[in-house]
Amino acid sequence: MSDAAIATAPAEFAPWEDAQATPLIRFQNVTKRFGDFTAIDNLTIDIYEREFFALLGPSGCGKTTMMRMLGGFETQTEGTILIDGQDVAPVPPNKRAVNMMFQSYALFPHLSVAENIAFGLKRDKMPKDQIAARVDEMLNLVQLGKFANRKPHQISGGQRQRVALARSLAKAPKLLLLDEPLGALDKKLRQDTQFELMDIQETTGTTFVIVTHDQEEAMTVASRIAVMDHGKIIQVDTPAKIYEEPGSVYVADFIGDVNLIEGSVTKSGDDHATISWAEGQQDLIGIAHDEIPAGTRATLAIRPEKVNISTERPADMTNIIHGKVLDIAYLGNMSTYVIETPTGQHIKAQAANTRRIRRRAITWEQEVWLSFTDTAGVVLTS
Amino acid sequence: MKRFGLISVPYLWLLALFLVPFLIVLKISLSDTALAIPPYTPTLDLSAGWAGVREWLSGLDMENFTWLTEDDLYWKAYLSSLKIAVLSTIFTLLVGFPIAYGMSRAPDEWRPTLMMLIILPFWTSFLIRVYAWKAILSQEGFLNQLLMGIGIINEPLTILNTNTAVYIGIVYTYLPFMVLPIYAALERLDESLLEAAEDLGCSRLTAFWLITLPLSKQGVIAGSFLVFIPAMGEFVIPSLLGGSKTLMIGKVLYEEFFANRDWPVASAVAVILLLILIIPIVLFQRNEEKQREAGK
Repeated sequence: MSDAAIATAPAEFAPWEDAQATPLIRFQNVTKRFGDFTAIDNLTIDIYEREFFALLGPSGCGKTTMMRMLGGFETQTEGTILIDGQDVAPVPPNKRAVNMMFQSYALFPHLSVAENIAFGLKRDKMPKDQIAARVDEMLNLVQLGKFANRKPHQISGGQRQRVALARSLAKAPKLLLLDEPLGALDKKLRQDTQFELMDIQETTGTTFVIVTHDQEEAMTVASRIAVMDHGKIIQVDTPAKIYEEPGSVYVADFIGDVNLIEGSVTKSGDDHATISWAEGQQDLIGIAHDEIPAGTRATLAIRPEKVNISTERPADMTNIIHGKVLDIAYLGNMSTYVIETPTGQHIKAQAANTRRIRRRAITWEQEVWLSFTDTAGVVLTS
Repeated sequence: MKRFGLISVPYLWLLALFLVPFLIVLKISLSDTALAIPPYTPTLDLSAGWAGVREWLSGLDMENFTWLTEDDLYWKAYLSSLKIAVLSTIFTLLVGFPIAYGMSRAPDEWRPTLMMLIILPFWTSFLIRVYAWKAILSQEGFLNQLLMGIGIINEPLTILNTNTAVYIGIVYTYLPFMVLPIYAALERLDESLLEAAEDLGCSRLTAFWLITLPLSKQGVIAGSFLVFIPAMGEFVIPSLLGGSKTLMIGKVLYEEFFANRDWPVASAVAVILLLILIIPIVLFQRNEEKQREAGK
């Protein structure tokens, strides 16, 4: 690739870093209570146009409530929600330029696929020929042209999911809400559909807000992820940032596999911190953007795939841990090794299986050295 | 063989309790009245052998059915029954649908209680409940006393022994048969369908019209047939609550049997009634089948 091509590559899509950009959705100190239960706790967040924004969290964390407030099915107890600069509290669901794709798909069983898609357009009193054209367009978008006259119970689960998507996109909403859209599909279909969703989002230029408890799904589709717990947003960032530099132990642990090594900070500064964590083991260095006072309890979070495993002590690595192989999990394309340190801690390392399994150098009970660079892990104090 | 044995049970049941009695009634309808016990001729004399059977067969004719077309009492009674059955089905639907809708929208913990209240009247004898309505609807009855007590009317209304009382009686008696199938249909209705309809631009009212009503159609049809079919041949309610002007085929049937002691004509009336009811029964069955298919 020539240098010119790199230079003309489009700027990365990141309106949240642009102070001039006006958000499409603004949650301002929003609280929602159901009786004594606080579902959303004083939440403030901005979501920008054309974003594919994922709300990620365990069930009961408030993500669905947030979405239902955007759709108009719940009203906040306190605070303001603005969509396109307008306070939406008094606007009923049928008057919002927002459409929702329901978890159960909520397809009308007595109407055909085409009639389901046309349903919203008819409510807008669109002329008949325009409705027909728009329905065709939508059927093509989700590749269901052949099934226009089928009833929902005559098509497969994956096809129903696409009908639901087509129906919610038919009115060209400013904002599309997706409530666990792929939850009912099997794994293979789910992965294919994730890419389809991203394509459709890009083609239509609609802002998508997706609710999911599947972190892999959120990582795949989203431009930004909000990790939620107990009605609060713990961290909002791009998938890469969330994964590489989680802001807290909760987020590090929630997303993907992680080693959490507890210790006390001995030295900090220059974007790094050093922790002392076990007797007889060398101190470990990781990223820490803020300075942490020496002596603070902290956790080094390091992903298993960033940990190298070798049978001889590596010479030039900053972080080295010595231990013995306790367990090996063979996953096909890679293997996960669980190493026990002399002080009894378990640390995971992952290595790609580039060689046939019989030629593997590392086996159970073997003395090994784990190593990683000083930017591979992050030191977290919360 | 085992499977055959299993299905044969309901068929034997139907044969013994439905088909055989029907054939007997059909045979009587083709006979003539006689001052005898039983009050019709011919009767089958098997001791005479083949000649007896032949004589028996030659004694049967369509005379009674011809008679039904000659006297306008009968077709007027059929028509009047049809009208009363259709109207009371509509009234029962108008009363029953809101009840079923309310039940299906009630909080989960209330539903068993509400269901219980709908079924509760069945625990008392049907006759006693109809007599109770006599006490409520009569000139000095509770209803008139109440209405005069709160000053809505000055003179008691004449309700008992009119068609109005018959309608009230039928609506009251058959209400559970209307409410239960509609409730079953509405309860299955997924709340998110209504939210989806609203999301796509419907008001609450249009969502009800475009989603709730069509999806409860099967229940409405089932309930309507369950009310219409027995109401058509109803005898107790018109004879206890209706007046002398209330003309229903069930009453005519009773009078032919017991007052006139004309079993053959009464049987002919019953056979025609059954033939009329076969149409809605077949339609009802078809609706049930369609529902089962859609539920798959």
